[in-house]
Amino acid sequence: MHADQADGVKKTVTKTVFALVGMFAFAFALVPLYDVFCDITGINGKVATTAKRAIGEDVNTDRFVTVQFITRTSAGLPWQLSVESHQVKVHPGQMTEIDFLFTNRSQSVSGGRAVPSVSPSAATTHLRKVSCFCFQEQQLQANERLTIPLVFQLDNTLPDDISTVTLVYTLYPLKESDEKPSVAKNMNNKNQEI
Amino acid sequence: MAPKIPQQSPLQHSDTVATAGGIPQHAAHPTGWRRWVLTTNHKEIGTLYLIFSLTMFFVGGIFALVVRAELFQPGLQLVEPEFFNQMTTMHGLIMVFAAVMPAFTGLANWMIPLQIGAPDMALPRLNNFSFWLLPVSFTLLLSTLLMPGGGPNFGWTFYAPLSTTYAPSSTTFFILALHIAGISSILGAINIIATILNMRAPGMRLMDMPLFVWTWLITAFLLIAVMPVLAGVITMMLMDINFGTSFFDAGGGGDPVLFQHLFWFFGHPEVYIMILPAFGIVSAIIPTFARKPLFGYASMVYATAAIALLSFLVWAHHMFVVGLPLVAELFFMYSTMLIAVPTGVKIFNWVTTLFRGSISFESPMLFALAFVVLFTIGGFSGLMLAISPADFQYHDTYFVVAHFHYVLVPGAIFAIMAGVYYWLPKWTGHYPNETLAKWHFWFSVIGVNLTFFPMHFAGLAGMPRRIPDYALQFADFNFVSSIGAFFFGASQLLFVLVIVLCVRGGKKAPAKAWEGAVDLEWTVPSPAPLHTFETPPVFQSTDK
Repeated sequence: MHADQADGVKKTVTKTVFALVGMFAFAFALVPLYDVFCDITGINGKVATTAKRAIGEDVNTDRFVTVQFITRTSAGLPWQLSVESHQVKVHPGQMTEIDFLFTNRSQSVSGGRAVPSVSPSAATTHLRKVSCFCFQEQQLQANERLTIPLVFQLDNTLPDDISTVTLVYTLYPLKESDEKPSVAKNMNNKNQEI
Repeated sequence: MAPKIPQQSPLQHSDTVATAGGIPQHAAHPTGWRRWVLTTNHKEIGTLYLIFSLTMFFVGGIFALVVRAELFQPGLQLVEPEFFNQMTTMHGLIMVFAAVMPAFTGLANWMIPLQIGAPDMALPRLNNFSFWLLPVSFTLLLSTLLMPGGGPNFGWTFYAPLSTTYAPSSTTFFILALHIAGISSILGAINIIATILNMRAPGMRLMDMPLFVWTWLITAFLLIAVMPVLAGVITMMLMDINFGTSFFDAGGGGDPVLFQHLFWFFGHPEVYIMILPAFGIVSAIIPTFARKPLFGYASMVYATAAIALLSFLVWAHHMFVVGLPLVAELFFMYSTMLIAVPTGVKIFNWVTTLFRGSISFESPMLFALAFVVLFTIGGFSGLMLAISPADFQYHDTYFVVAHFHYVLVPGAIFAIMAGVYYWLPKWTGHYPNETLAKWHFWFSVIGVNLTFFPMHFAGLAGMPRRIPDYALQFADFNFVSSIGAFFFGASQLLFVLVIVLCVRGGKKAPAKAWEGAVDLEWTVPSPAPLHTFETPPVFQSTDK
């Protein structure tokens, strides 16, 4: 190999290694970017995890929207989550309160969290939760039953073609490791402050 | 069965040592097993890659035959569903990462220096290292099958949380194996880029390079761009499994859909990594046996680059059913369909090269022609899958399985076989046995179509993929598929036979083994001596 070729090879290798490191970092940068992107656009059905103020706007009594509630438990948490009614009809702008019942069916204390999701995703940014159990983690004693309300409002700008909004709550157990803040969780929290 | 580099005559050898004066590693030739373990010669490393790939092709093939044997008739007969899942997963992983990708890297090692008139790869020791990472990686991966809880059972796409929360405990080994394989690919790609950009014969411009070199250059850039993303994804999985993070765990604020976005951002360019070098091989073979220059050389280069760029913009067409917003469904549908345009340019150019050519049908040409026809069928089923509303029906059915096997088996693998038959005279100095090679070709074509064509119908009728049992109405299609699979698998033994016979002897090949061949590799003797182009060749630029 000639000296100029060796130089060229060195330069090419340096550039490709930079590109490699950059792409590796980019893959990790996509995690917060994805959350920011979804926060702005609301396209993955993730709703804000902090309370929003109710806005006093006119209730549009000409329009009915069906709001459905689905609750799911997951493996590893012996809880049950039920809702007083699986479906309510609301007007845009109207404040609605609905009770959710948490039941710990085991003989020991345990912690859990309900993770919300909204479908269709286009409704996400029009759903204002004034109060929700999903904002905090819950601790339940053995066989404890706990009723917590959800207070929400759909705003008047909800697109006309949406006649049904489905709110899904999935229960997850709190992991031991969740006591310490995790990387992904930190990134999430940061996004909410933005 | 291991093909060996033919013995060098003492005369060539001493010549080599003399001309390589001042480069000590060329003078010392370890013998025996040390020759292969310590080699830094691009031809020997290329041979190692090709042998490794062929071995893994049979390992992955046996896994596929376990799957097909279980699916031979409805009901559970031979294996447990858990083991069946490990077989589908391992078949995919081995074929993608241990058979197809190393085969192309092996061909690149052998042929790129010969085609651009370079004495070796730019970084020969790194080359040795990238090869030897592969046996380590796949021994590790295969050993997971013997671990408690079994090997990976979540499909080759390893969607989280199936591959994190619900995965067998061997998953950490799977992640390590994939990391090592990824490092191997990345180092190989760096080496190929450095070689192509810096070591071309004087006077060879980029637009003079053979298309196999061009397609590999673009493939190497794709590897550099997406293998780190794969490394990132599996690192996140590793952290979710072992360090309590929640990248993909909804319970901890993560998002499983994020996994799919990241995976397919790697995964879609990855499928082009497995096909672009195949385009290059076919673009070398068709002009040779049509005895006409390739039609539209420049448009071939631009089409390849366009396909590579578009591959970064289409990933979510694998995810039409996760609940994408309408605008995203439309964007990914149209961008995917756009890829048919540069691909169509390529098919058009190959057909136009054949038009009024003086065609002969030797075994490399037969495989190349079958590639053009059958890859196009796979391309068309890809277009059907790109139609987002229709994909809701096809998603995760055998139609998808039929589609990607058409582009990978008679696509990538036929092109590799075509390349092997095309370059065997250069590697061994002998022509492969043409009669046996033709039998291999016809058995393969019949086997491939028998195996994969009925899968289209089973899929359209709703048969889901990755299941060990199925509804009775799919029995006939699966019966045919399984017979075809065993037929195809058995006929690959012919391939091994042809290669072994060709290494041991056969009709002697001249330097220019094929009448219509033009590239630089045909100017060196057959078999190619261990060291070639130590003084750069004189390259005459012809307007392609």
